Amino acid sequence: MTLVVAAIAFWLTAWWVNQRLVSIDTGLNTSLRRLINLAVPFIFGVTIFVVWELVVRGLNVPTVLLPPPTMIGARIAASTATLWADFQQTFLKAVLAGYVLGCGSGFVVALLVDRSPFLQKGLLPLGNFVSALPIIGVAPIMVMWFGFDWQSKAAVVVIMTFFPMLVNTVQGLAAASSMELDLMRTYAGSWWQTLLKLRLPAAAPFIFNALKINSTLALIGAIVAEFFGTPIVGMGFRISTEVGRMNVDMVWAEIAVAALAGSVFYGAIALIERFITFWHPSVRSGRA
Amino acid sequence: MAPGQISFMTNHGKAIPVLTIITILIAIWYACVVWMNAPFERDKAERISKPAPTLSQLIPATMAQERPVLPAPHQVVIEIWKTTGAMVQKGRPFSKRSLIYHSWVTLSATLLGFLIGTALGIMLAVGIVHNRAMDKSVMPWVITSQTIPILAIAPMIIVVLNAVGISGLLPKALISTYLSFFPVVVGMVKGLRSPDAAQLDLMHTYSASRAQTFWKLRWPASMPYLFTSLKIAIAISLVGAIVGELPTGAVAGLGARMLAGSYYGQTIQIWSALITASALAAVLVMIVGFAHTLVLKRMGEEPA
Repeated sequence: MTLVVAAIAFWLTAWWVNQRLVSIDTGLNTSLRRLINLAVPFIFGVTIFVVWELVVRGLNVPTVLLPPPTMIGARIAASTATLWADFQQTFLKAVLAGYVLGCGSGFVVALLVDRSPFLQKGLLPLGNFVSALPIIGVAPIMVMWFGFDWQSKAAVVVIMTFFPMLVNTVQGLAAASSMELDLMRTYAGSWWQTLLKLRLPAAAPFIFNALKINSTLALIGAIVAEFFGTPIVGMGFRISTEVGRMNVDMVWAEIAVAALAGSVFYGAIALIERFITFWHPSVRSGRA
Repeated sequence: MAPGQISFMTNHGKAIPVLTIITILIAIWYACVVWMNAPFERDKAERISKPAPTLSQLIPATMAQERPVLPAPHQVVIEIWKTTGAMVQKGRPFSKRSLIYHSWVTLSATLLGFLIGTALGIMLAVGIVHNRAMDKSVMPWVITSQTIPILAIAPMIIVVLNAVGISGLLPKALISTYLSFFPVVVGMVKGLRSPDAAQLDLMHTYSASRAQTFWKLRWPASMPYLFTSLKIAIAISLVGAIVGELPTGAVAGLGARMLAGSYYGQTIQIWSALITASALAAVLVMIVGFAHTLVLKRMGEEPA
């Protein structure tokens, strides 16, 4: 019981600290403001973990239901070799291959479609429609077609990432204004020149939006596809078997790895986006 | 997960191009059926040492296999009819073999999860808009929470909740909840902040309280954003419910039909479950879109 009280006390303290931090008037001191903007979510995150630990221990929650974070940490430290093998199988092989192929083909098809307004009119609503469908359902079919190894998972990832990329790129290519297009025409710019110098840069925010959406979709696709059949390695395989054996701490370790991989993947793309679309208002205001 | 994705409700003068593309896709599908199922037919002929089938024998044969690599569209349509319409005619629309029954199982989890997720999302958004500390601390974690491949946790949530005696609708609905709350939070935060400074100042000059500003300005202003998010949320809830059905050992639901189909190599069954799920998603999104138009009309706005 004391642990639970401690948890509540910790929560309230952290909340109070955060309230104080955000009400500090930083004025023109940008580095202080940046520090506060980093510290506040960090404190909140730490609070969640501490409260989780204390409540689970304090209320004697069975570890099958929810293991405390320290136990998950210990499990991660104890089984790095397995985790690394799973990570290699699922992320480095299936996710990356599928992501590159899916985004790449979506991009290329968008460029092809761009030359025909008729195809564009027909494909855009369909692509939007398909984005709303439970595409993950093709997983069992892909496993049948491409076998148990990572190729079938990559195929699922390709299908899942293709449509968001297609739709966003087509929309992005239409983002350049007629004024700018007219300017390119007065320069006698060819289709390729207009594409490379004007329309692709204008489409970059849309393309990066798709890349970010796809980064999470790809991981989900690969892991869920592994539930339908896989060699005895891989994150989805580990999750489903360890659940069966009630080794919940291993499952959580796998989830932690997946979460970390997903966040780093997403973060990397967001960083590249900042670097490439430095001119975009959302990036500029973010930096101020 | 996919903000701003779904906008296929506005089809002005797009019918012909869309229909053309669909026709082309179905043609490609049939071509693939012949191409992918042909090796099996050739093998069969070889095993009973008959001469290799001619093309005119091969094509119909590839479309009538019992367990084809790729079922032909009409096979899938017939299977769907057999497990829905024909069941109704026989007067057993809710038998265990009926897709209506399985769709209902999935749909109920989807809707429950969607409702909880929407309520949770709106509440979080209201908190974020009205409290700076919450904005700064919760928002980054809401975004991080979505980089976690949540569907990966789905089987564990199901199995673990089963182990402590909670089974049936709720665990699946929880997964749908988790997936659907995110677009709602993001959309609603944007929407509740969409009134510009002049409008907020006007409320201020009326000496409106925070609650009044909320109900009379922020809430109505957020409606277009809410419905855009809801379209994404309902589609994603369905995905959550389907994946939630996978680990329960293929008992009931569209996801279970897919899993059972993949265990026994019943490709037609997988495809019919997949197509039914897609139709369900389309109908759900359309209903939300319809509600969107209705609400905007009552508010006297032109639907976007």
